[in-house]
Amino acid sequence: MLKPFFVVYILAAQWAIAQEAAVVKFDRVHALIESQSDGINVINFWATWCAPCVKEIPLFEALNAKNDPTIKVTLINLDFVEKLDKVNLFISRKNMKSEVLLLDEIDYNSWIDKVDKRWGGAIPATLVINQKTGQRRFIDRPLGEGDLEKMIFELRNQ
Amino acid sequence: MVTLMKYTKRTFLLLWLVFLFAWKTSSYDIGDIVADFTLKNVDGKMISLYDYKSAQGVIVIFDCNTCPYSRIYNDRIINLHQKFVLKGFPVITINPNSPTLSPGDSFDEMVARANSKGYTFPYLVDEHQEVARSFGASNTPHVFVLKKESQGFKVAYIGTIDNNSRDASAVTKNYVEDAVNALLENRTIAMTRTKAIGCGIKWSN
Repeated sequence: MLKPFFVVYILAAQWAIAQEAAVVKFDRVHALIESQSDGINVINFWATWCAPCVKEIPLFEALNAKNDPTIKVTLINLDFVEKLDKVNLFISRKNMKSEVLLLDEIDYNSWIDKVDKRWGGAIPATLVINQKTGQRRFIDRPLGEGDLEKMIFELRNQ
Repeated sequence: MVTLMKYTKRTFLLLWLVFLFAWKTSSYDIGDIVADFTLKNVDGKMISLYDYKSAQGVIVIFDCNTCPYSRIYNDRIINLHQKFVLKGFPVITINPNSPTLSPGDSFDEMVARANSKGYTFPYLVDEHQEVARSFGASNTPHVFVLKKESQGFKVAYIGTIDNNSRDASAVTKNYVEDAVNALLENRTIAMTRTKAIGCGIKWSN
């Protein structure tokens, strides 16, 4: 009897409660990159202190808001873990809905190559993978107009 | 015949353009000899790499005023210079950021930073971003350790300063120090290339 109300309550709660960043180690990111699925993985590396990163977050939020079941957007935050509160405040202030993972791995040299060998470590950086074909696109600069759509289109049609 | 010549000319021009493009985008690798450059220092004087030809080598660091990692590493960069200048490996810092995109990296702001931190090493403006491009620098701070040899300055190490940006006291690998010490003691460098998260250089195009 109460079930429909319960569902509505859950949905309302999800909508009202702001997203929070999950603190993760690299194995989580690695699993994401290597995940077995038929979809497109869009992974962006950013930090709250990085102005060009902050500027392009709306692009990822807009993509995520399309609710396309074949596209998974993940924002990997690189603020220091002691800044978690600041990151969560940022997420709620911007009302961000995409999944945010705070990557707490300070020994950068140990994992940067595992994301993409072409990456020098500069952020923002965006990795788009077609998980089925294994094809990927990588940009370690701010995205230009249409870059994101172009990468997704190319990976879908290869 | 005339048409053929036209085509040949065109092909030649095309090849030349391709070559020019490839040349412009190539960046230094370990073992490459670095071309000389001349840039303006915060004191207004022009400084060239080959002004240092009597040194053992040079620690070139692409750095800036505005990047949080540059601020975190600022004292560690000053320490590197103090530690190695008398051993013949001075530090040269170069700011490649476009001040249009990053006003905090204007020449005046650079002068202010160098003065407030009491820099005893150059802090050069890479106004046209050509030096950063030729080195293949991508972020700040980005270090290139150069060893002076008979042919010129040879790239010996490319990468980050150490393995803990957050906490200098928790560093377990001092990549740059280890590289310079190895060069001073005629040993092979254990790690010639490392990577770190940093602020992307603010390229004007």
